[in-house]
Amino acid sequence: MVNIELNGVCFSYPGADVLHDVTFSMRPGHITGLIGPNGSGKSTLIKCIDAILKPLGSILLDGKDVLKMDPVHRARTIGFLPQSSTSAMDSTVFDTVLMGRRPHSAWRISDNDINKVADALSQLGMQDMAMKQFASLSGGQKQMVLLARAICQEPKVLLLDEPTSALDIRHQLEVLNIVHQLVKERQISAIIALHDLNLGARYTDSLVMLRNGKVFSAGTPADLYSAEMIQEVYGVEAIIIEVLGRPHVVPISPSKPLPCTHYDNSDGFLLEIPA
Amino acid sequence: MIQIDDTSIQKEDNKTVQNAFRQYHSKKILFFIVVSVLILLLVGIAASFGSYELTLKQVYSTIFLGLFPSFGTADSVASSIIWDIRLPRITMAIISGASLGVAGAIMQGVLRNPLAEPFTLGISSAAAMGASISIIGGVKLFGSYSVVLNSFICAFIATMVIYSIAKTKGMTTEAIILAGIAIMFLLDAVTSFTQYLGTSEQIQAVVFWMMGSVSVANWNAVYFVFSIVLISIPYLIYKASDITIIGSGDETAHSLGINVERVRMRTLIFGALLTASVTAFCGIIGFVGLVSPHITRMIIGGDNRYVIPGSALVGAILLLGADTVARTILAPMILPVGIMTAFVGVPFFMYLFMRKRKELW
Repeated sequence: MVNIELNGVCFSYPGADVLHDVTFSMRPGHITGLIGPNGSGKSTLIKCIDAILKPLGSILLDGKDVLKMDPVHRARTIGFLPQSSTSAMDSTVFDTVLMGRRPHSAWRISDNDINKVADALSQLGMQDMAMKQFASLSGGQKQMVLLARAICQEPKVLLLDEPTSALDIRHQLEVLNIVHQLVKERQISAIIALHDLNLGARYTDSLVMLRNGKVFSAGTPADLYSAEMIQEVYGVEAIIIEVLGRPHVVPISPSKPLPCTHYDNSDGFLLEIPA
Repeated sequence: MIQIDDTSIQKEDNKTVQNAFRQYHSKKILFFIVVSVLILLLVGIAASFGSYELTLKQVYSTIFLGLFPSFGTADSVASSIIWDIRLPRITMAIISGASLGVAGAIMQGVLRNPLAEPFTLGISSAAAMGASISIIGGVKLFGSYSVVLNSFICAFIATMVIYSIAKTKGMTTEAIILAGIAIMFLLDAVTSFTQYLGTSEQIQAVVFWMMGSVSVANWNAVYFVFSIVLISIPYLIYKASDITIIGSGDETAHSLGINVERVRMRTLIFGALLTASVTAFCGIIGFVGLVSPHITRMIIGGDNRYVIPGSALVGAILLLGADTVARTILAPMILPVGIMTAFVGVPFFMYLFMRKRKELW
């Protein structure tokens, strides 16, 4: 189990400041969601945590600065699921998942590596696709294969950059269910950048809301979600209802007033169904 | 929801995956055996053709007795024809084809571009410019090896220039290819300019050189190119899995613990070395670097641990086959091998492409 701590993380691309003084920490064995509008810095922050980008400030895993970690040791600790589902030319599903063993293995493919790949594919129900071309799979299947690669990597921290953005609702739920199960069974930590506020509420233990590269607010979904917050961050009129014990955002309109008459502004939760 | 549990069903599923992998692995091994046997056959056929006809048996026994003289003495005429004339050419074709195949494989891999090869990156153009300057400009700093060394140095400098330009742009694959294309146009213009200044004999020499040929081969040339192969290919095979992972994207490769920029830089330098050494002796031989990796990947998949040696063998077959056809089809006239590589390789490549890619269209 790994403690993650971000202190004063700042990052700029040439001519554009993206992250400003981002500070938060997360507990081990938890799923933290990064939410916020387009361009708020979610993907950039994910890449900074994996040291793909080199930010100012410090990102500590159990007190060790990720920027100063040996790359292979870092790869054994942090797994990354990118937003785009690509693999090498003419790679099979097996080849793609096997890449996850790179931080652990030598040049030669060992029996242990083959077993780990087989385990990961079997766990996701993809054992019959092992020798299929990665390029021939659907978007949802590709995302599952990349998740299998991350499972094979056996990280202690899993970073997922909008893993559901290109998926239909069935695959969205499948991918996030697997991530949730992995985190709880293996006691690892996960940080997921998400656009869907309701998936964020359902699958994360805590959320960090980013706006213009800064932490706007942080806490549990119930603490965070309010009509005012949605209005202020997204410029959208919305109501918050409770579904399955979790807050659920119902967006109404970017400009129109709320269509409900009974709305409790004190805690942001709807008390009556709108007319 | 998909269940993650450790049951006997999952163990069965694991066996399914393991068996599929082992079958796939066996297919790769079979590919290497078949291709190696094909090369040995082709060596015999290539060495038997020529103005002095030899049987396959004579060829193989002469080669065997040349390698192991304690088993007997070969016929002196056959020995002289094979060891002094035909084998240097055949060996040069094999080593050059292997070098170009490997150069194409790693360039396509680390640049994630199926069209990447020594031409696209301007390396061949730089070698051509070096040769033109030496032939037409009379730059003879290195005696009889002036053309060779000039083209080698120019190809190497071009690689460094492309790398430096790309590095200032953050070393993206697009930056490298764009820098390569820009350099290619510039160097082609310089080559055209030097040809414009040359006499008709000089232009003829440059044009013949640019068409590519392994006819200049001698054992010294073979040793030189082979020494570059000995340095480069083992390193590239050692880095093969990193090259495969870089093909999945820089961010993925970085997150899996690979120093992407370092691996890309070193592999491109070794690729340039391989290309420059071949181009310096044999002129511009197109198509082998582009097609060999594609043919290999279509048959055995995209894992560069197999693709790099596989491309070397396929490249060797393509160039040796093309050279054999080039010197026999209109004998005694010998066609430039650069023309034949396209004639021999394109139909085979198109056949494989149409057959294999159908499922992905």
